[in-house]
Amino acid sequence: MKEFQYKNPTRATWAEDYSFLNNDLDNSKLEGDKNKKSNLKVTDLNLYIHQHHILKNVSLEIPDNKITCIIGPSGCGKSTLLKTFNRLIDDTEGIRYDGSIWVDDVDIFDKKTEITDIRKKMGLLSQRPCPLPMSIYDNITFGCKLHGIRNKKRLAEIVEEQLKAVGLWEEVKDRLHAPASKLSIGQQQRLCLARGLAVEPEFILADEATSALDPISSKHIEELFVELKKDYAIILVTHTLRQALRIADHVIFMYLGKVIEAGPADEIFNNPKEELTRKYLEGAFS
Amino acid sequence: MRLKFIEERIAKILMSLASLLVILFVVSILYTILKRGMPALNWDMATKIPEGGYYNGGGGGVLNAIMGSLFIVLGSTILGLLISIPVVFYMNVYLSKTSKLAYISRLAFDVMFGIPSIVYGAFAFSIMIYLGMRTSLGGGILVITLLVIPIFIRSMDEVAQHLPKDLLDASYSLGATKLETIKVVLLQIAPGIATATLLSVGRAIGDAAGVMFTAGFTDSIPTSLSAPAATLPLSVFFQLSSPSASVQDRAYASALILTIIVLIISVLGRLVTTYFSKNKI
Ligand SMILES: Nc1ncnc2c1ncn2[C@@H]1O[C@H](COP(=O)(O)OP(=O)(O)O)[C@@H](O)[C@H]1O
Ligand SMILES: [Mg+2]
Repeated sequence: MKEFQYKNPTRATWAEDYSFLNNDLDNSKLEGDKNKKSNLKVTDLNLYIHQHHILKNVSLEIPDNKITCIIGPSGCGKSTLLKTFNRLIDDTEGIRYDGSIWVDDVDIFDKKTEITDIRKKMGLLSQRPCPLPMSIYDNITFGCKLHGIRNKKRLAEIVEEQLKAVGLWEEVKDRLHAPASKLSIGQQQRLCLARGLAVEPEFILADEATSALDPISSKHIEELFVELKKDYAIILVTHTLRQALRIADHVIFMYLGKVIEAGPADEIFNNPKEELTRKYLEGAFS
Repeated sequence: MRLKFIEERIAKILMSLASLLVILFVVSILYTILKRGMPALNWDMATKIPEGGYYNGGGGGVLNAIMGSLFIVLGSTILGLLISIPVVFYMNVYLSKTSKLAYISRLAFDVMFGIPSIVYGAFAFSIMIYLGMRTSLGGGILVITLLVIPIFIRSMDEVAQHLPKDLLDASYSLGATKLETIKVVLLQIAPGIATATLLSVGRAIGDAAGVMFTAGFTDSIPTSLSAPAATLPLSVFFQLSSPSASVQDRAYASALILTIIVLIISVLGRLVTTYFSKNKI
């Protein structure tokens, strides 16, 4: 048996790590994930809340292993779009949508699609960090337990791996069983990221995830995104253009519920095709 | 001096006067109970059941009522929680903020809250007659459960209505179903559950009218759910009704025991609340 080693958890190493485990895990399925490309594609999405037409004919594609920034003035529908990806939007009063969103070639609007399977694939990071009302340790294991990982030793390993992955391990290793609410806001946000990573998502959805944080914590999160993109597709809603300039590989510009322009960051920032995009980038409106 | 400073000062005086008034009220009740109850309070009161002729000055104590009250409180608290938590969870996690069913339910629980316990007692009594049941511990627990359910639901609901949407979303986005999210919800509203329990224990242990017809009264400690059960408030009432001053003093001693039990439960409850609040975000 190979020695267990801690390293940055990538989906590839995850699969390796699992191979040491008792048989309650389906190894073959995880092996399969290794080479799989994450794929998210939206076609002709229209979304209404009561009478309001919020998202209009949205079609786009999210590249894997890239940071995709969704930019646009506030109220243009960025958060709504993000919440549609994992169908958290379903709980909204008066919601109606049509079109389709394909995640790894599964239509998430299909009646047969298990909504929890879709959500498991998407780690969510909200604007204000929202730790679960339990200990640091339990915050990370909560998701794992939902998906059937019961082995205590394995859970402890996951906690350590994920806390290391977000650079929180050294800061909290002596108080893993302290309430998560006692952490600083910046630490809480990293904990939330670790908690999301622990259920092995393919995508990380972040809605202005740094806007409530101090500059140093923000920088920390941004650096994590850059590091994590080798294993995940990261979708980041931001209304600070500077952040998009710093870390975006791919940019989607939205305005009044429509996708105006989408493409590689260089192209959008240096050579926008649309007049609206150019005006927005010049700061004519925000 | 500027007007707002005068306002501030007057408001402060009024508030402290109001607080003083409340404290005075509590202290004078305690004083009366202590003054008349202390001399009559002895170990027998809390450890013995009434002997023959107790209500005419004979020996013994009110252990029958202490145990009866504790059984009823325990039973109704457990039953009440088992019924209320699912209701609160359903209203706040499954039903939307604008749901008519939730609105009507809240209204109904408010009305239930205001119904005097004698009405619950009479209602339960008529059902018991219909079923051929006699006055019993079980009957008392049922009626007190009815009495505390609206307290449980409304005070937990008050906390649950402020559940952060982000918190539920966080749980769902990890792949939890609504049902699996109940753990998160319970932990978040745990302080509310503890407060609700304290409030309802207070009401349950102090109620006399509801248990009068349903639990009955007896000099022995109930040994089964179908045996009648004495309760402290009724015991106080019967002793107070006695013409003998020494028996009346024992009524005050029993009231003192009741107060001490409530005090102990409250202190324990506060400790538990603090413990459960630690994880709340
Ligand atoms: N629950 C809702 N009910 C009605 N309108 C909503 C609701 N949520 C969002 N909206 C509207 O949808 C539009 C897009 O909102 P949002 O996605 O939050 O924008 P952004 O995140 O880009 O600032 C806004 O005009 C907002 O008013
Ligand atoms: Mg937003």
